[in-house]
Amino acid sequence: MSKPLKQIHLAAHFPGVNNTTVWSDPAAGSHIEFSSFAKFARTAERAKFDFLFLAEGLRLREQGGKIYDLDVVGRPDTFTILAALAAVTEHLGLTGTINSTFNEPYEVARQFASLDHLSDGRAAWNVVTSWDAFTGENFRRGGFLPQDERYSRAKEFLATTQELFDSWHGDEVVADRASGTFLSDAKAGAFVHQGQHFDIQGQFNVPRSPQGRPVIFQAGDSDEGREFAASSADAIFSRYSTLGEGQAFYTDVKSRLAKYGRRSDQLLILPAATFVLGDTDAEAEDLAKEVRRQQVSGATAIKHLEFVWNRDLSSYDPDGPLPDVDPDVSENHISKGRAQVRMYRDPLATAREWRERAEANGWSIRDLVIETGNRQAFIGSPSTVAKTINDFVQADASDGFILVPHITPTGLDPFADKVVPLLQEQGVFRTEYEGPTLRDHLGLAHPDDVREERAAS
Amino acid sequence: MSSTSPSPLHLAVALDGTGWHPASWREPVARPRDLFTAAYWADLVAEAERGLLDFVTFEDGLGLQSSHYGELDGRTDQVRGRLDAVLIAARIAPLTSHIGLVPTVVSTHTEPFHISKAIATLDYVSTGRAGLRVQLSARPHEADHFGRRTFEPISLESLRTEAGQERLSEHFDEAADYIEVVRRLWDSWEDDAEIRDIATGRFVDRDKLHYIDFEGRHFSVKGPSITPRPPQGQPVVSSLAHQTIPYRLVARATDVGYVTPHDTDDARAIVAEIRAEQQTAGRADELLHIFGDLVVFLDDDEATAVARRERLDALAGQPYTSDARIFTGTPAQLADLLQELQATGLTGFRLRPAVAGHDLPAITQGLVPELQRRGAFRQAYEADTLRGLLGLARPANRYAAAAATA
Ligand SMILES: Cc1cc2nc3c(=O)[nH]c(=O)nc-3n(C[C@H](O)[C@H](O)[C@H](O)COP(=O)(O)O)c2cc1C
Repeated sequence: MSKPLKQIHLAAHFPGVNNTTVWSDPAAGSHIEFSSFAKFARTAERAKFDFLFLAEGLRLREQGGKIYDLDVVGRPDTFTILAALAAVTEHLGLTGTINSTFNEPYEVARQFASLDHLSDGRAAWNVVTSWDAFTGENFRRGGFLPQDERYSRAKEFLATTQELFDSWHGDEVVADRASGTFLSDAKAGAFVHQGQHFDIQGQFNVPRSPQGRPVIFQAGDSDEGREFAASSADAIFSRYSTLGEGQAFYTDVKSRLAKYGRRSDQLLILPAATFVLGDTDAEAEDLAKEVRRQQVSGATAIKHLEFVWNRDLSSYDPDGPLPDVDPDVSENHISKGRAQVRMYRDPLATAREWRERAEANGWSIRDLVIETGNRQAFIGSPSTVAKTINDFVQADASDGFILVPHITPTGLDPFADKVVPLLQEQGVFRTEYEGPTLRDHLGLAHPDDVREERAAS
Repeated sequence: MSSTSPSPLHLAVALDGTGWHPASWREPVARPRDLFTAAYWADLVAEAERGLLDFVTFEDGLGLQSSHYGELDGRTDQVRGRLDAVLIAARIAPLTSHIGLVPTVVSTHTEPFHISKAIATLDYVSTGRAGLRVQLSARPHEADHFGRRTFEPISLESLRTEAGQERLSEHFDEAADYIEVVRRLWDSWEDDAEIRDIATGRFVDRDKLHYIDFEGRHFSVKGPSITPRPPQGQPVVSSLAHQTIPYRLVARATDVGYVTPHDTDDARAIVAEIRAEQQTAGRADELLHIFGDLVVFLDDDEATAVARRERLDALAGQPYTSDARIFTGTPAQLADLLQELQATGLTGFRLRPAVAGHDLPAITQGLVPELQRRGAFRQAYEADTLRGLLGLARPANRYAAAAATA
């Protein structure tokens, strides 16, 4: 008998502050009004998606010393918008990106435990570690953390919040009127944590939430980031959505689990994935090209080139050839507040390669940026896209995908209407939610069950 | 002013657990086991909205509740534990349509940048009904939850000494800075910053985004916010005050101050002091509400209310005391008292129901109709935003004004 088919996990990333989002399209709506978020969440829930995902950046991005104005700018507060979305959905998981550098464990634990209560067990936390002093200028403690301590703080931060979540066991609130006993234990919530980054103690003031702890996501890509995920996360938000890269990442990360005593199904790999649908594959290809031209205006192309060149290239014509001058290889100073910059680890080599390709194909700067970046992960008719997604998951390129539509808030609708039914027909995606919590959707055990399992073995 | 038609008063309700009396959770109408569910709060706020109240506040804190001011009490016979107030308010916002939502925020240990965007977002999800109540925490055991500062032991008595007043001053100065940062961040985007200009490819006009460059003793914050200016421009800022230092904060920085007068003379003196501070702060021409706080036990006849209060006190093992005046009686008697106090210059009241499940419906179904009969309270919601309900105009953006005159 062949291996049983894996069930696919699907999630929806609310479009926003990135250059995937096409705000210039006539169909593009508000990225900030609650109605957009509610519409998007309801579509995801109608399609029986596992969860909705929100990214976060705590300082407006800058380039060349000025606020970057070519992409969508502005987003809501993560916790607040997720709590409001809990009111307009019933099953959909609610995943928020929250930084471990510019927050404190007691407060973040209260917020996630509260969100988990208020959503009846649907909260998840994507732990990110951006540490830069640029972002720090918005916070009390400023840029206090060296880069190489970002994961040591993140790890201790996460461990500390776990201690806080576990400081209530779930049976303390008895509220027995007759005896006048509200709490069965005066020490409910007691904790002491002494470590390198946190030295705190006292009593946590939120009783244990339905999921015990929120589901933990991790999105870092460095070796340390992958180790952090293998030791502590339930799922990874990765950038590898192609078959080959996906399989390599999947194998790498899952092979790190054993040394933490964890099984392969205890860490899900969910890459970000863009998509373009058409009635036919050819139509989708044409549409995809058009979307990429919308995503990369002439102005955006120049800014994108500046990431690699690390220089002001505003005098160059986007419809002309690439710059003759070489990248500035000193420390990045052109772009601030985005994770993307370090994708180009050898700018001289990238510049050389890009010049060669542009010359060989007769590409302008804008053509080059369109051709080298941002090809959508899934392009085709609904049946092609459904088949490709299923093939990737069955081939262990991932456990599913976090879809990133390019139109707010309706970009998910065609996928929900046309692709999801095909996946359901193939028996690889749920037709109904099987349980109320996000852990149920993701097939993750409740922490209390894990504890019992450990105790029994 | 015409004496035939009294000027309408504003009414808010302060929500805290099952009610303000420590034994309230033992009443049959209380739902103590539901305190950590959204449905519980949704039901309370829906009741408040049926009564056309201006807003509800949500109590909060960064530690367990305690019957002592400065330390935990280890008690298990009272409600302990609570959910984050901002998140409760956000969870309720899509389920309501007119009532203002005013969560408590602790300024001492939290980030003004985070709170500014949280309240801005509450304003988006409620389409213009957000406020916040700023509270500080001088409690050493709450500072220990953060481990960044250590505070000396504190008690209400110690705060009355000279050293205590100095310490209080410092905390309130920090709270003033905090509110200043929160407010500047709300204005850090001009209303029309988003341009979506296809010709130039620009989504925003960055000349309409502003660094706030705040530098204070306790923190500095660069800005701009990551969240655009909220629907109300400036959500409503409020705080509770019992003496001169906090009165000054109310006068300098808020839109609504909650005060605790024990009689009309007391009320008159408090109002005079705050109005004088308001003048000193150069805000004489701005609308600043002063709300009287009262704990209420409301029943159809006074004897029933008194008996209920006594029964709860017996369960608690001691008579209930409060920083606020405790009213025990009928809706008509309460209406009399509120109108009498209103004549001293108070513009509204924040009622603290002794038992949420009993005294909140008594406010909305007893007191409100009584005030309506007297022409002293609205018959229908007259505005869609909290500022609108409170008669506060949508303010100009401080940075837009500066840019226009530059
Ligand atoms: C797919 C992906 C998405 C990310 N999204 C965010 C985000 O929304 N906010 C953020 O602050 N960092 C984000 N990051 C940054 C990482 O979480 C991480 O903090 C950063 O990459 C530094 O860690 P590293 O060196 O291990 O990559 C993202 C990273 C990846 C790979």
